[in-house]
Amino acid sequence: MASTPIPTLSVVYPNRVCNQCGCVCDDIALTVEAGNITKADNACDMGQAWFLAKHSDPVDGALAWVKGQPVSLKAAIDTAAEILVQARYPLIFGLADLPCEAQRQAVGLADRVGACLDTTLSDEHGAFDTAFQEVGEVTCSLGEVKNRADLVIFWGTDPVTSHPRHGERFSLDAKGLFTPRGRADRFVVVVDVLETATAKQADVFLKIQKGCDFEALWALRAMVRGIPLRESIQKQTGIEDTALAGLSERMKSCRFGILFFGPGLCATRGRHKNAEAALLLVKDLNDYTRFYAKPMSGPGNVSGAENVVCWQTGYPPGVHFGQGFPRFNSGEFSAKEILGRGEADAAMMVAIDPKAPFSDAIKKRLAALPTVLLTSDAENLLTPGVGFRPTVSILTAPYTISGGGTVFRMDDTPLPLRPVRSSPRPNAKDVLAMIEKRIEELQTQKRVAMQNEKGPR
Amino acid sequence: MGLLKISQAIIHDPAQGINGSVGDLWIKDGVMCPPPTDLTVVPDRVLDARGLVAMAGGVDMHCHIAGPKVNLARKLRPEDKRAALPIRRTTLTRSGTVGSVPSTFATGYLYAGMGYTTAIDAAIPPLSARHAHQEFQDIPILDKGFLILLGNNHYALRQIAQGEAGRLKDFAAWILKASGAFGIKLVNPGGIENWKSGIRSMTDLDTTVAHFGCTARQIITSLAQTVMDLGLPHAAHIHCNNLGIPGNFATTLATMQALEGRRAHFTHIQFHSYGGHPDDQSLFCSETARLADYFNRNKNLTTDVGQVLFGETTSMTGDGPVGYYLSKITGRKWANSDTEMEAGCGIVPITYKEKSFVHALQWAIGLEWYLLVDDPWRIAMSTDHPNGASFLAYPEIIAQLMSKNYRDEILARVHPKVAEKSHLRELNREYTLNEIAIITRAAPARMLGLAHKGHLSPGADGDVVLYQPDHDRRRMFEFPRYVVKSGVVVVDNAEIRQTPAGQLFHVAPGHDHAALPDIRKWFDSFYTIGFDNYPVDESYFGHHSQMGCGGSLES
Ligand code: SF4
Ligand SMILES: [Zn+2]
Repeated sequence: MASTPIPTLSVVYPNRVCNQCGCVCDDIALTVEAGNITKADNACDMGQAWFLAKHSDPVDGALAWVKGQPVSLKAAIDTAAEILVQARYPLIFGLADLPCEAQRQAVGLADRVGACLDTTLSDEHGAFDTAFQEVGEVTCSLGEVKNRADLVIFWGTDPVTSHPRHGERFSLDAKGLFTPRGRADRFVVVVDVLETATAKQADVFLKIQKGCDFEALWALRAMVRGIPLRESIQKQTGIEDTALAGLSERMKSCRFGILFFGPGLCATRGRHKNAEAALLLVKDLNDYTRFYAKPMSGPGNVSGAENVVCWQTGYPPGVHFGQGFPRFNSGEFSAKEILGRGEADAAMMVAIDPKAPFSDAIKKRLAALPTVLLTSDAENLLTPGVGFRPTVSILTAPYTISGGGTVFRMDDTPLPLRPVRSSPRPNAKDVLAMIEKRIEELQTQKRVAMQNEKGPR
Repeated sequence: MGLLKISQAIIHDPAQGINGSVGDLWIKDGVMCPPPTDLTVVPDRVLDARGLVAMAGGVDMHCHIAGPKVNLARKLRPEDKRAALPIRRTTLTRSGTVGSVPSTFATGYLYAGMGYTTAIDAAIPPLSARHAHQEFQDIPILDKGFLILLGNNHYALRQIAQGEAGRLKDFAAWILKASGAFGIKLVNPGGIENWKSGIRSMTDLDTTVAHFGCTARQIITSLAQTVMDLGLPHAAHIHCNNLGIPGNFATTLATMQALEGRRAHFTHIQFHSYGGHPDDQSLFCSETARLADYFNRNKNLTTDVGQVLFGETTSMTGDGPVGYYLSKITGRKWANSDTEMEAGCGIVPITYKEKSFVHALQWAIGLEWYLLVDDPWRIAMSTDHPNGASFLAYPEIIAQLMSKNYRDEILARVHPKVAEKSHLRELNREYTLNEIAIITRAAPARMLGLAHKGHLSPGADGDVVLYQPDHDRRRMFEFPRYVVKSGVVVVDNAEIRQTPAGQLFHVAPGHDHAALPDIRKWFDSFYTIGFDNYPVDESYFGHHSQMGCGGSLES
């Protein structure tokens, strides 16, 4: 046979999903050559960077470690199960970077061991949920914004940087059914502490003093209702009162308005009260027109985690199963608080957001506990949050390209993941199922042993 | 699974005309079967049902148990769950929470615990079908399906406005299959689209839908016709315009008339049977008698009630404007979530009070419907869970329907004007056990077109409930002695014994492939997800059965 070299097979997979930010673009065309992704058409720079990075397979030939030593997957799973069964107050957190199918498995595991379950170490998600539970929220899917919005407000969020295709697909240039001219059919306002990249594209930029969101939002509520301010708040907010009044008029007179706000809104003084003010302002505006609110969410599948935890337990993340049923109390049962107070005696981190660094105090707490880490992020594997060594580490497949499953967009729209390449690493869902199965065995052994101790009745 | 014998039960199986006679029931491999002719056959298990009443598994044809709206309601209401007893984890079952919107696993256990084995979620935006299917997989035991919202779908509205019946039919077929749905629901046809574009006036049948140009009447007749042309198992499921508004009975009557003999199901009819005037609460009254009279004479129509019971619950509806108005009336928190191109959604907590004239009249109107419809085969029990009350209230409704005395006791407690503004006091009818079996399983199964549900003849699913007869009807129906699902004893003495997965019912009518390029173009222009990412594949369905579509049946 002639020895013509076999050309490297290059396959293009259209309509693939990127979830490096909450936009969850589903129009990515991935080219795979020799098992590597070589092109990610339609993705922004941020998405490209992720797809084209090496999602290399095992690390030094291993997939699992106990106390830093490579071990078999089974050995790691056994140790993980023992840690969780022995713990009296295990904490399971993360879930943000998993498909919904694996998240469902993780909640089941937490239920079985009576753990406390949370998503991230930040407390902003909890603060937003608190605001939502107090006053509700008038919101919509992003296509409503694309098709209808003639007033778009970005408050404390800079999507041009953090959600690069948000403007093109939904909020700035997107041409929709009732917004055929795209950008020309919209008025765009940015309220932020700095002149961000998004601010540069806005029709109006209002520079606000840091930490004064509540004052400005509350004043807008008054203005919308026609209640005059008794005194100027310009000194606090840094925004001219007339500019705020102008904004309030614009809000009332638009056809369809949307207020996007950043997670930072809940990070300053006032916390959930800031988000509440935003949600109430939007609610009030519905007496005059259609107006909606939408918090911007980050990378991964945070919205999926919120939904899964909620449908299985009835509550958003921050759920405690310790008494055999779900209890919810934002703050009390948040991962950050539980670690901060030193309550947990073991911790399992499942697909934590690699971009959210741990504080030194948290690292110190975690270093002192038996810990289990499941991650697809090889760099975050042996010293997560750059600081401590987990007792058990297991490397899982990069689910966006290898696992399949479902992810939710920041507006709760579910999207399918379809694998473009296989991975020698196990899927997180399967690892979680194996750990749970082992836990079940250990729990049964424990029950039998206790019964035997009591002796025959 | 093998062979299960239920011996010597008092059988109520109205589909077969069996009204309380004693006999054996046999289930082989999950399916009802005739008694073995070979008398030496030994069943794998025998349930001694002497003295117990046997009925087919209950069928809830209209409830809200999964999907984005239900889940948002769960998240919105932690306080509602803390007031209820939680479901504890066991080695067999998952933990959960209850309140008016139970968590998924809890939903499965609670329905099964009450003898229900089938439930249809009534309102899923097709864009969120993928979400609903995942929740379904976490609702054990129950067989399930869902209806998709099409009454305000932009592509459908456009075809209706242009008189493109063929394209509408192909689109409906395509989207049913793409979402893995069981049927088609219309919610406030045209009215949600108008509300979304800022129009606040009431929607009547001849109101034009902004930007699209069709009327509510055209939407209703076109979609009812489409459902018939596709031969779907279940008729067009209609939530009329102007829900909850005094005087809305006129809209409801006009909708019934507009159908001109086409098959249709009128859901939560209680919320659509009000007399009076929107601006004068003192005129609020019941118009059930007039509507029921028309309904009785027109056999193309079926209905479920949407009964209101007193207490705390959560209103959740695809009817966005209703959420807004309720939040205005109650002053309570309001969640709204609109879906592009397809649907609206509103959620508001609500407390129905005996001493509120409006609430008590709603309660009475629901009961009037049960008592004024002559043919129980055309009316199904529902609370529009959780809108009128939780599905957990079904045993209480049964108790009220079976006892005039009990109804009078309640009537004496509630707002005094109710007796005068409704006919409830004059209605002496009391439901029999057989009639209860009709409205809670046989009729809803038949209306849904689920030939293997709601009865106990050979070939039917082996779903059997055994009740301990009790003068306290509520207790009797709250705690069945045994519940058998597809031949498996899932409940024994109020305890969950097994948790099989349950199956999905869906349809996949054929369509002309030439219709797809135009739908694709529409998606590419206006949706924010890709046409190719829209269809939900079978990996989301779990155990499923695709229901046959019969082609045009009657008109
Ligand atoms: S905008 Fe976000 S989701 Fe879209 S390609 Fe860029 S990083 Fe990925
Ligand atoms: Zn309903």
